[in-house]
Amino acid sequence: MTPPLLQLDVSHTISGFSLDISVQNAATGITALFGRSGSGKTSLINLIAGLSRPDRGRIALGDLVLFDSERGIDLPPEQRRIGYVFQEGRLFPHLNIRGNLSYGMKRRGENGQLASFDHVVGLLDLEYLLNRHPSSLSGGEKQRVAIGRALLSNPELLLLDEPLASLDAAHKNEILPFLERLRGDPGIPIIYVSHNMEEIVRLADVMVLISEGRVLANGNVEDLLSRLDLRPLTGRFEAGSVIAATLVGHEKEFGLSRLSFAGGELLAPMVDLPLGTPLRVRIRARDVTLTTRKPSQMGAQNIYHGAIIQMEADTGSRAEVLLDIGVPLWARLSAKSAQELKLAVGMRAYAMIKSVAIDGHSLGRQRVIGGASSE
Amino acid sequence: MFGLSNMEMEAIQLSLRVALWGVAWSLPLAVSVAWLLARGRFPGKILLDGLVHLPLVLPPVAVGYVLLVMFGRHGAIGAWLFDEFNIEIAFTWRGAAIAAAVMAFPLMVRAIRLSLETVDRKLESAARTLGAGPVDVFLSITLPLIVPGIITGVILAFARSLGEFGATITFVSNIPGQTRTLPLAIYTLIQAPGGEETAMRLVLISVAVALAALAVSEILARRTTARLEA
Repeated sequence: MTPPLLQLDVSHTISGFSLDISVQNAATGITALFGRSGSGKTSLINLIAGLSRPDRGRIALGDLVLFDSERGIDLPPEQRRIGYVFQEGRLFPHLNIRGNLSYGMKRRGENGQLASFDHVVGLLDLEYLLNRHPSSLSGGEKQRVAIGRALLSNPELLLLDEPLASLDAAHKNEILPFLERLRGDPGIPIIYVSHNMEEIVRLADVMVLISEGRVLANGNVEDLLSRLDLRPLTGRFEAGSVIAATLVGHEKEFGLSRLSFAGGELLAPMVDLPLGTPLRVRIRARDVTLTTRKPSQMGAQNIYHGAIIQMEADTGSRAEVLLDIGVPLWARLSAKSAQELKLAVGMRAYAMIKSVAIDGHSLGRQRVIGGASSE
Repeated sequence: MFGLSNMEMEAIQLSLRVALWGVAWSLPLAVSVAWLLARGRFPGKILLDGLVHLPLVLPPVAVGYVLLVMFGRHGAIGAWLFDEFNIEIAFTWRGAAIAAAVMAFPLMVRAIRLSLETVDRKLESAARTLGAGPVDVFLSITLPLIVPGIITGVILAFARSLGEFGATITFVSNIPGQTRTLPLAIYTLIQAPGGEETAMRLVLISVAVALAALAVSEILARRTTARLEA
């Protein structure tokens, strides 16, 4: 089945800030909406949900037109079937967790087996919370309930507005695995708003990059992250590269997994997933070392050879070098080493990646595009 | 009962009946008006606000007189009610309930409005995304969240109604069994020689009723607030 198309073509001005978005994406898997705070991410999903009304334009999900200024269509939020998980959870304080979860379900009906009450409660591990009230829940628990509540409202599209932003690191890690599960189960398409690249790499397949109310780029996460012209936006958080890889083997005695990618093989800490699983690996520039001579035994297994495509020395004491090892790979070294190695564009160099530098947070499971289709 | 005379029992029962009916009838209207004042944007909002608060600043006697003009047998509303439904307002306990309700109305509206203004509108928009229409949202989200404010408003209005004197005596006079509520009974007793002792008993009863009402409201308000507090 072809996924429905989400068509957005809207202009909206609120107190001097203008939003002008035109984008068409298949509503499937997790699509990240990335941009700095103030770039218009939340305003945009409020327009999709119907919580604010654009000045003009058109919003459609599949065959259903949600908004069309020319035809005078503006479906109220309750008729849009778009689930919304807010930054702050917004649980109803006068209802217990069971009441919160079933609020949307009662009004829209259960959506088959996959999004049934029991299934969602199991998926998000909410059983022990059902009879409690929101005031007694931790931030992470509240967000899980908010996700469950939106899932149970039988939505055709789920909007997640920085659901982890208000949580500390420990609680983030508590939620992330649940979000990862949502990708394939119950399979409702998700728009995930975030300004955290780590979360996006881990969760999203497709990314829409917005800045100052405009779409700057729209495409696969790996592709966008390796684009140089977008680095001022994508790379400032933590410079790095994202590589698409496949899990090909394990070295159990060392607790390592072997990943295959366009540049060869990469050893990473043990990934507990079936062989053949497509993965997305984020490699931070500071974990990549460059040398000009082939290193001998230095403890770094992951050694690659390639030509320097680009060099940047923006921060004075540091230099960032982009090496083509079959895929683009960023390395960061001190400006001094760069000079001593006489690095220059076009030169060939060796890059080493420390296996231990790749942790669970830098591995994202990649969606198999078209692979599961039975056509 | 409790060694009270018939006249005293009558006054107590009448007072409670007048206050309860006055509150019960004005509550839906007070919620609507509070909602309009808290959420509405319309021309004449300031006028409505002023009108609602008038009984708070006018002399009660003046309010009583206005009610008499409107609800009296020859008044616009009074004549209509009598001709159409054979309902008599002036000089009956119903009139006393109306006087009490009008005088207590601003207090009830104020409490509910304050409560409405503290409701997080974001919860309402969350409910909309979950499939609830505007009326559904009001009934399932807004109304439960303002229950503490409604309780406060009801108790304030109830207490104000029990104490209502000026508007009542002007509008519906001082008729035993019909309009002689506790305050009017106390007033009557003080006017007659030898009534001071009974008057004092009624004063003490008034104090007891008022304290009981306040205690009940406090317990209810605490219970609901504790549940709602995040």
